[in-house]
Amino acid sequence: MPTEKQPKSTDDLLRLLEDEHTFVTLEGGDALDTEMVINMGPSHPATHGVLRIVLKMNGETITQAIPELGYLHRAMEKLAENKSYHEFMPYTDRLDYMMPYSNNVALCLAVEKAAGITVPERAQVIRTIACELARISSHLLWLGSMVMDTGALTLFLHTFREREKIYDIFDLLTGARFTVSHSRIGGLASDISPETISALKSFIKQFPAQVQSWEKLLNRNKIFLQRTVGIGYIDAEMATDMGLSGPNLRASGVKWDLRKKVPYLKYDSVQFDVPTSTDGDSYARYYMRILEMYESVSIIEQLLDRIPEGPVRADYAKQVYPWKSEVYHTMEGLIHDFMLTDWGVCPDKGQVYHAIESSKGELGFFIQSDGTGHPWRLKIRSPSFVNLQSLPYLLEGSQMADTVVIIGSLDPVMGEADK
Amino acid sequence: MPVFEEILSRIQSDLSDSLLKSELYRGETTFYIKKQDIVSVCKKLKSDFGFNYLADVLGTDRFTDEDRFEVIYHLRNLTEAWFLRLVVLVDEKDLAVDTVSSVWKTANWEEREVFDMYGIKFNHHPDLRRMYMPQDFEYFPLRKEFPLIGIEGSIPLPAKE
Repeated sequence: MPTEKQPKSTDDLLRLLEDEHTFVTLEGGDALDTEMVINMGPSHPATHGVLRIVLKMNGETITQAIPELGYLHRAMEKLAENKSYHEFMPYTDRLDYMMPYSNNVALCLAVEKAAGITVPERAQVIRTIACELARISSHLLWLGSMVMDTGALTLFLHTFREREKIYDIFDLLTGARFTVSHSRIGGLASDISPETISALKSFIKQFPAQVQSWEKLLNRNKIFLQRTVGIGYIDAEMATDMGLSGPNLRASGVKWDLRKKVPYLKYDSVQFDVPTSTDGDSYARYYMRILEMYESVSIIEQLLDRIPEGPVRADYAKQVYPWKSEVYHTMEGLIHDFMLTDWGVCPDKGQVYHAIESSKGELGFFIQSDGTGHPWRLKIRSPSFVNLQSLPYLLEGSQMADTVVIIGSLDPVMGEADK
Repeated sequence: MPVFEEILSRIQSDLSDSLLKSELYRGETTFYIKKQDIVSVCKKLKSDFGFNYLADVLGTDRFTDEDRFEVIYHLRNLTEAWFLRLVVLVDEKDLAVDTVSSVWKTANWEEREVFDMYGIKFNHHPDLRRMYMPQDFEYFPLRKEFPLIGIEGSIPLPAKE
């Protein structure tokens, strides 16, 4: 029988709580009925970076949640206004640092649209392959950390083993493992080698079996299901209104994928499915990303066999950098290199917006050009920022322990959300 | 499925009272809207033309004497995959625009970001606080007169013991 006691001091309270048969009441009534405010973050292992949330609790239930951003704000957009388009490229690596390759490509596509540059077929195919590889690598890290948020550490080691293989492929393809900066305005920094292609082929051959083994571990795992099914529900209408994008939106039943609806690169020439679910909970968001990994593998598989021959950088010296061999051995090459570094790509006066489907959602670059080599205004539409906006809606009414799972299922990256 | 060009001309005739000018550049249509009409225009675009998704709201600083700032809205219709850009010009003497957060909830944080970076106020906004910068920060960093290197003392360091 539980006995009811009044603690005389804090030490007394802690001692009383050790006995599971004791029922402790505090002044002001039941401890679970009183409201309290909890501060979570900005340095918290489960917030995936430096996200701070102030939670108002009624017992174990969250009544109000206020996310605070800006702890990783590096003024990317201000920096962009003071740099040439090429100089800004390495900064985009540090936006969504889970998938640097796609960010480079997104910037390049926006600048190419503004400047009207046509990119050779071969470069486009390689970009598509690398973007899908980046998507897999991002989903791998997300899967590991999200499952870790529910309390299972093991899977993180498994996913990181696969991610390590992707790092190696990026090393072969771009010369860097992580912050690649491989895309160039008008093409790529270097061509794909036969060695990279065979490494890619052996990776995608063994990878689906790995995902299947993780699915076996998770899909019908009772603990995982109890932590995710029905947790953080959002319906299609609300998700659209809140501006969710990517797998978060598709998990709520909106079949929206920029790769299908507004095709860019080579996505209109490959067959792939856009997985959707109508469940709208954390489990649906988990499962969408799992299915997306299979689709990405299929896209890479289709494209690997038909990489066309040809150059990987447009031959247009006014706006596209010449190859280093030209710069070192020809006078024209040196002049063009000098002019481009000094003056930059000068798109015509006007404004363009180009968005890609990154692993988080719609990653868009808006460029307002005044005709000079620096953007007059460059705005990054970061999916993580907009996705995080739904956090108060998802959290309110749920339990304290579900906070980390809901944040994990949204897959925010603070480097991108804070810009 | 109606062709987007037809829809655009329909929008143009429906909104002719609020429309200042329209622009087509690189396949993207931009409508310049009168500032006082922005909420009613957005409501109409959402209900009559299915622009149910607000992709982005952003500000720009044109650094001109008149109509110095712009607030730009990127709208999407998710069923037909249409894209539309609305622009509102804001003069420095009257730095306020009506909020569209009643039309799309996305606008809440996006408008806070514009306020944070340019100091443009949004009337009737539910929670107009700074998005990234500290709440007591005095400047608007994306304005063109704000130096890249920052302003000394604008973010004080913790005092030494």
